[in-house]
Amino acid sequence: MEETEEEKKDEADYKRLHSFPLIRHSDMPEEMRIETMELCVTACEKHATNNESAAKMIKETMDKKFGSSWHVVIGEGFGFEITHEVKNLLYMFFGGSLAVCVWKCS
Amino acid sequence: MPPKAADKRRQGQGASSGGKAGKAGKAKKRDEETSETGEDGLTARAVVRSPDQLRLTEAELKAEITRTLTADNPHIPRDIVRFSFIERAYKLVDDMDQTTIHFTLNGYLIHKDSDEGRRQSIRSSTEAEQAPVEEKEAPVEASAEATEEAETKDEEPTEEAEAAEEEEREQAAEAAEEAKAAEAEEPPLPKQPEKKLANQFNFIERGSATYQYPLREKGLQTDPAPIENFSDNVNQWCIYDAYMEELERIEKAKEKEKAKPVVVKKEETHSGRKLSYVEPPHSDSLSKVAKAAKIAERMVNLNTFDDIAQDFKYFEDASDEFRGQEGTLLPLWKFQSEKTKKLAVTAISWNPKYNDLFAVGYGSYDFMKQGHGMLLVYTLKNPSFPEYSFSSESGIMCLDFHSEHSHLLAVGFYDGNVAIYNLKKASSQPSYKSSAKSGKHTEPVWQNELVHMDVIKLSADGTTMQGPEGLQLQMLGSGTSFDFHKKIDYLFLVGTEEGKIYKCSKSYSNQFLDVFEAHHMAVDSVSWNPFHLKVFISCSSDWTVKIWDHTIKTPMFVYDLSTAVGDVAWSPYSSTVFAAVTIDGQAHVFDLNINKVEPLCTQLVVTRKKNKTTHIQFNPVHPIIVVGDERGLITCLKLSPNLRKMPRVIPPEADQTPWVKRG
Repeated sequence: MEETEEEKKDEADYKRLHSFPLIRHSDMPEEMRIETMELCVTACEKHATNNESAAKMIKETMDKKFGSSWHVVIGEGFGFEITHEVKNLLYMFFGGSLAVCVWKCS
Repeated sequence: MPPKAADKRRQGQGASSGGKAGKAGKAKKRDEETSETGEDGLTARAVVRSPDQLRLTEAELKAEITRTLTADNPHIPRDIVRFSFIERAYKLVDDMDQTTIHFTLNGYLIHKDSDEGRRQSIRSSTEAEQAPVEEKEAPVEASAEATEEAETKDEEPTEEAEAAEEEEREQAAEAAEEAKAAEAEEPPLPKQPEKKLANQFNFIERGSATYQYPLREKGLQTDPAPIENFSDNVNQWCIYDAYMEELERIEKAKEKEKAKPVVVKKEETHSGRKLSYVEPPHSDSLSKVAKAAKIAERMVNLNTFDDIAQDFKYFEDASDEFRGQEGTLLPLWKFQSEKTKKLAVTAISWNPKYNDLFAVGYGSYDFMKQGHGMLLVYTLKNPSFPEYSFSSESGIMCLDFHSEHSHLLAVGFYDGNVAIYNLKKASSQPSYKSSAKSGKHTEPVWQNELVHMDVIKLSADGTTMQGPEGLQLQMLGSGTSFDFHKKIDYLFLVGTEEGKIYKCSKSYSNQFLDVFEAHHMAVDSVSWNPFHLKVFISCSSDWTVKIWDHTIKTPMFVYDLSTAVGDVAWSPYSSTVFAAVTIDGQAHVFDLNINKVEPLCTQLVVTRKKNKTTHIQFNPVHPIIVVGDERGLITCLKLSPNLRKMPRVIPPEADQTPWVKRG
């Protein structure tokens, strides 16, 4: 019992420590990058249980702000190969276990 | 006839090959021909050609050229390329529309049997009926009868009807004619005539159509947006690793900041969130280009200042041969920066390792106006922008490179501090900075052999401090400059504000070895001769430059330069050549071997008035000198051959001749 409690605490700590958004790869201009990152963080926090609705929120907001058409993938384990418009890709980690990939391609 | 036919064929070919010109030629030729034949058929025929006609060989004339007419449009472009989104590539567009429209006109004719045609004709017929109705009331009935008659006529008329109608016909013959005329336009079916509005208010209806602009079609296809591929794989451990790495990096950065003696402000975290925005290490595309940009900048500079670079390397002033002993200084580059225009050059020092790199300290000699200072490191390869620049709050008074660790610079400030700058680090702050008693003029010197760095400062209150140990020497005056002996390590000279020069030793901390009553005003600079171990030179604001032997109390040579001397420097290649700058902007180069009285060269270095030259330094390798002035401008000059004469190699025995004493 104690061990599992400790484990839980560690997990919680680790999640707290690692909950800052870490951008892995991005070729967006500075302002766009910051805006998109904040949007992703908001969406993921809001829909913490449902990746699809978080992705939906991000995609719709990006479409309105930066034009069509955007694609968003949120998950904990996946591989991908995408074609994206230059200067319109953001790939980041968040919350210790989530990975978000946002790109534009019409 | 045959010759004529031959001529005509020639004409025809001329037309085909000459085109329009041929046609003109053809017409002319025909005229000429006719005139020919008209004149005299017996005389020999000379082929008369118009001046602009093509001359063809017989074979060419006989050649048959076929011309085909095609229905292709010659004006359409055949090399149009369009981006196909299906294939994601640019493709040549083959099928171009060959139709050329020369004229369009929107017509308004409609077939009479079409719906619209029928409607219109009905409308026009009812209107036509109304016209006779209005005009003549009398024959209305007659015409009505006439129409009825006409109708009955159209139908199969019976004889009875005919007989009955005969009489009426005669009566209404005229009416019938009129009705016929009207009938021609009428359809077989009659309709209720529409009443026309009576013109009660005396207005006229008139309609017109506005000018209709012809429509044009235009199409355009934009370039496709640039596209890139990207791929990656992510799982839980991958994310975990990334975060751990990031945390480590942050930890290391924090530790580094703590280790520095100077406190640097930490970056603010985003307000309202505990999260801190972490910059990935490989995002900024500018930093990747930095190295390439630097090389490109140097190349551009080299191209711009190409002639100067050539002069620097190869130009030897040939006129020196005719000038006797005198020489000239050839101006090369000028180094200037926007930020230093208001500052005076207070110190120049060449880098011992990289011969084209030199550091310039900026500050102010004016006691009242002391502003900020700057330290710029220039290279000869890039005269337009300094390689490194540091700014400081107080003016810099002097600086020196470390003789071994050539990336370290020691700088003395007006407020008495000494700082050490490390050129290898990218920070704009000095690596170490110390505060000390207030000093006016400090000249740090590096110790070569000792492991830890010693900075020796000379300050205005008369103490020399050897930091960090703090070996103190008391002096009876305030020091302005000093110099270490090149060979004898512990021996150094100090020049003071009163004009005295003290000879001191590091080992005797409280006493000086000797004193020279050198000048009447402050000694601006002292310097040991790099070759002659006993000789040193001093310059002062009392307009004189004096050369001494440190064993003799009176100077060996005195030069009066008619204005205050800012700085003097020995040349590194000859023991008898030295240069001095005076505050009127002139540089004087002396060679004691050649002329013991006069300078070999006196040249105006800076042209602006009120611009005093403050410092001068020889480059250890190249035959150039740099001169700094009060406006922050550094001028680089090349010494002409006459000034660069190496001294005759005298065997050591013969060198015992004592120096001639001069008053």
